[in-house]
Amino acid sequence: MEILILALPLIASIISGFFGRLIGDRNSEIFTSLLVSISAIFSAFILYEVIINQYQENIVIATWINSGSLNVNWSMKIDSLSAVMLVVVTSVSSLVHIYSIGYMSHDPHKPRFMAYLSLFTFAMLMLVTSDNFIQLFFGWEGVGLCSYFLIGFWFKKDTANSAAIKAFIVNRVGDFGFALGIFLIFYLFGTVNYSEVFDKIPTILEKDLIFLGIKIGAIDLICLLLFIGAMGKSAQIFLHTWLPDAMEGPTPVSALIHAATMVTAGVFLVVRCSPIYEYSELALNIITIVGMSTAFFAATVALVQTDIKKIIAYSTCSQLGYMFFATGVGAYNVAMFHLFTHAFFKALLFLGSGSVIHAFKDEQDINKMGGVWKKLPYTYTLMIIGTLALTGFPFLSGFYSKDAIIEFAYLRGNTVGYYAAGIGVLTAFLTSIYSWRLIFKTFHGNYNNKEINIEETHESPLVMLIPLIFLSVGAIFAGFTFKEIFIGHGGTNYFWQDSIFFLKPLSTEHPPIWFLFLTPTLVILSIPVAYYLFLKNKDLTDRIVKVNKPLHEFLKNKWYFDELYDEIFVKPSKKFGLFLWKFFDLKVIDGLGPDGISSIIKKFSIKANKFQSGFIYQYAFVMLLGFSALLTFLIVK
Amino acid sequence: MNFPILSSLILLPSIGALFLFFTKSNKENNFSVKYVALFTSLVNFLLSIYLWILFDQTTSEFQFVEERVWIENFINYKVGVDGISILFILLTTFITPLCIISVNNSIKNRLSEFLIAVLIMETFMIGVFCSLDLVVFYLFFEAGLIPMFLIIGIWGGTRRVYSAFKFFLYTLLGSVLMLVAIISIYWITGTTDVVQLYELGIDTKYQNLLWLAFFSSFAVKTPMWPVHTWLPDAHVEAPTAGSVLLAAILLKMAGYGFIRFSIGLFPIASEIFTPLIYVLSLIAIIFTSFIALMQEDMKKLIAYSSVAHMGFVTLGIFTIQQQGIEGSIIQMISHGLVAAALFLCVGVVYDRMHSRLIDTYGGIVSIIPKYSVLFMVFTLSALGLPGTSGFVGEFLILMAAFKDNFLVAVIASLGVIIGAAYMLWLYKRVIFGKLINTDLKKMLDLNKSEMVILTSLTVPTLFFGFYPEPLINTIEVSIRDLIEAYNIKIASKI
Repeated sequence: MEILILALPLIASIISGFFGRLIGDRNSEIFTSLLVSISAIFSAFILYEVIINQYQENIVIATWINSGSLNVNWSMKIDSLSAVMLVVVTSVSSLVHIYSIGYMSHDPHKPRFMAYLSLFTFAMLMLVTSDNFIQLFFGWEGVGLCSYFLIGFWFKKDTANSAAIKAFIVNRVGDFGFALGIFLIFYLFGTVNYSEVFDKIPTILEKDLIFLGIKIGAIDLICLLLFIGAMGKSAQIFLHTWLPDAMEGPTPVSALIHAATMVTAGVFLVVRCSPIYEYSELALNIITIVGMSTAFFAATVALVQTDIKKIIAYSTCSQLGYMFFATGVGAYNVAMFHLFTHAFFKALLFLGSGSVIHAFKDEQDINKMGGVWKKLPYTYTLMIIGTLALTGFPFLSGFYSKDAIIEFAYLRGNTVGYYAAGIGVLTAFLTSIYSWRLIFKTFHGNYNNKEINIEETHESPLVMLIPLIFLSVGAIFAGFTFKEIFIGHGGTNYFWQDSIFFLKPLSTEHPPIWFLFLTPTLVILSIPVAYYLFLKNKDLTDRIVKVNKPLHEFLKNKWYFDELYDEIFVKPSKKFGLFLWKFFDLKVIDGLGPDGISSIIKKFSIKANKFQSGFIYQYAFVMLLGFSALLTFLIVK
Repeated sequence: MNFPILSSLILLPSIGALFLFFTKSNKENNFSVKYVALFTSLVNFLLSIYLWILFDQTTSEFQFVEERVWIENFINYKVGVDGISILFILLTTFITPLCIISVNNSIKNRLSEFLIAVLIMETFMIGVFCSLDLVVFYLFFEAGLIPMFLIIGIWGGTRRVYSAFKFFLYTLLGSVLMLVAIISIYWITGTTDVVQLYELGIDTKYQNLLWLAFFSSFAVKTPMWPVHTWLPDAHVEAPTAGSVLLAAILLKMAGYGFIRFSIGLFPIASEIFTPLIYVLSLIAIIFTSFIALMQEDMKKLIAYSSVAHMGFVTLGIFTIQQQGIEGSIIQMISHGLVAAALFLCVGVVYDRMHSRLIDTYGGIVSIIPKYSVLFMVFTLSALGLPGTSGFVGEFLILMAAFKDNFLVAVIASLGVIIGAAYMLWLYKRVIFGKLINTDLKKMLDLNKSEMVILTSLTVPTLFFGFYPEPLINTIEVSIRDLIEAYNIKIASKI
């Protein structure tokens, strides 16, 4: 059964991809959705087994690379951590499959789309169930590839293609660090198997390495290199630029890949490697700082964006930041908890926004929406649920996971921890503001679209709404239901077993009462504030924008990251390439080498030609000259 | 073993060529001419598969050895294979029939002569990979130039003569030094038999010079930076089948030579010159990747990417570690398949539109979907995506390099990023986007023979990506013993 979980999406993908035309659009849609759903049911069963019976298994499927001391298998590791990921991936994936039947109904390439979705699911499952770093890397690149395919799915749009390539290349930059991390692990331990590596970690605690001239602890270096990979995949600040652009892809893709599953792979990596990270104070602090910077940065950018999907994309970026700083403060289980709840409410928000976009016939600018909440009652309600869950409104799922992160940051008790907690609270407030801004601008106020009559906007079909309802159930209850299991204090039925390692057990204390109430209060307060700013008194907002024009521009242009990268990486690379080619290869090497030599020889032979003029007197003269020179030489000698 | 299987492998293509030579070629019998050539090369392929089956993977001894006196007390015709050579023989016999099938559209005149050149080439290449005598090796090695020179010079594009001569002079210049080195080895040791030389070893004081002489030849053929500039020109002008042979097989002779001779015969010098190889390999990887990024001609782009990929190969070989050398061999096999396929892909669109410029294309995915899918597979393998053969080689090489020197691995890994950039950008500009050039609408998707060729390259690319064991098992013991002998020689300063 375990292997079926992996195999079904792959089979679905192959059938739909290669025989899609043969079996027809509708059949391939049903077929892929069905297989992935079966996989989801099996996964749920596995998670149940893990919770109840502490089920664990490591299945070896086949050998992959076996070179010298390097042994890598295709394998499937089932433990608490991978079981959670299995459920997240397959359940969201199956819902997105079903949703896509409705969303893509006007697209001519349905089988191809379904094939990509299923292939993605397969790659993601390979990633989370791996028992070694190289299969992890396989899944890692595999999901990146599917993301590339799906972002560029509308291949006629130039922006979509560029976004797809950007996503792949930026991820490659992260993978560069990740791969070096794997090399380093192999160099130090001679193996890439998780359990073997984790067992050997205590043997290198004191080891220092000289890396590129810098002296650094071996464990710190491993952690930092792996984290670079995680940063790329999870769109953390500096390597985040691909995620907003990735919204060029169809909306179901954004929900599945760029919200619920693939982008959380980085968090998963750090949690999976908790036995390494726990020994590196340095890396954990850096992760905390990067995480909270991302959370804050993305939230500020989300405040001023006007594209509905980009707002949610930045929101994802920001929430991923939360997950990272949770791992950074050592609360891996809390990070996983947030990952789990986030998957539901963020997928819900994305699919909901897809429903809105669908209603507006592919319009994504929230300035061109508004006033349609009565026309789209279901979508509206579901979006509200998603927003409440995201902002951490009391007793919805985000409330349990996000507040727990902030609490644990506070309990960490060091400067970085307090700082992270502060930023966490602030960001939670910002999150709430921009989320409600989105709701108010999209559904309330005046109807602002000039191209489509308000009567033409329509609610989405049932096939799109049902997945949303499932997700909203998750968004409401996932936090409350799974709280004890994920972040409870354990006892004999401790859920995580040895899949997460804590050097020193997490603090079981509670932060002061005022701190516990701080975030929920701000979140609740933010609703009237947003209502006032974006609905009631828009002039005030416009005035604020006008007064702070430079700041607004700065945020609107996403802190100018893209422009900066273009100037320091893209353009110089092209110039450098041209220089090497036109100047170095063609002028220097060829000029001095083959072409140069041949032209010298040519010149020389033309000179030599002149000697053979055919006039006897010239020959005689040269002979005479030579003879006399020889004679002189002999005499002098 | 009574049946001289290796000599048969070497001679069979020539016999086919001889047969073609005496067949009158005209328009009507082009068809049968092609089938004679195809039949010959396929028989050879089956024979090499048979060889692989018979091959004993548990020993690094040379197998199927044949020895005949050629010149008394001087040169023996001696051939044999070990795990390292057998894969290259397989690559050669696998690629040649595909080349022959591919001539359909690209070669319009003198078909029979072209096929003769291809078959003769196969003879020489197999000869290179199984000769166990330096002189015999040298003869095959150099002779391989001639058919290639003719293929570029006669069936090439507009600047074919310039390219052919550039190719010939470059490679010959390096080889002359190797000839001198081989002669001096004979004077020093009294033999040119590789097996004996392995045992005897060569005096340390001569090793550096000899190594450099061999290096000069191999570096040009690899090609390593800065003697790579003949490759883009040769590829651009060569007909598709020529490019395929050049990229898939000819370039591999040098990598093979490095492993067999530079490391095997001159361990001390190899140790000394490893930094040189590292530096040149890194420059090749980084510089040519940047250059590839800016190419406007598809064939040139792939040619430059070949230089970068071969940079990985030389890097891996001189790590002198199990993973490094195994990675290099897998990388060579993989590059043989993938570069061949990419050149064939360019050939496919060239046959239809007569342009190699990237600008000409764009937006053809819905017009030729089958082609687009297969092209994607090879693009992904070229950029080293896990699950393709390209990944296994590259990853093993980098892993080994990392053990040796952090900085080298870091720089080489940067090449992987740029590699992804230029390949994906190429793919995007050719396949995706809006259809602007309306002439492209008339393009036909892959025909049967193109489909056969490209799928037969896809299968091993993916298969060895997921399951490289058959390759690794074949070379494992040979490489292990090679490294062991190397380390012993280093320790005892021979």
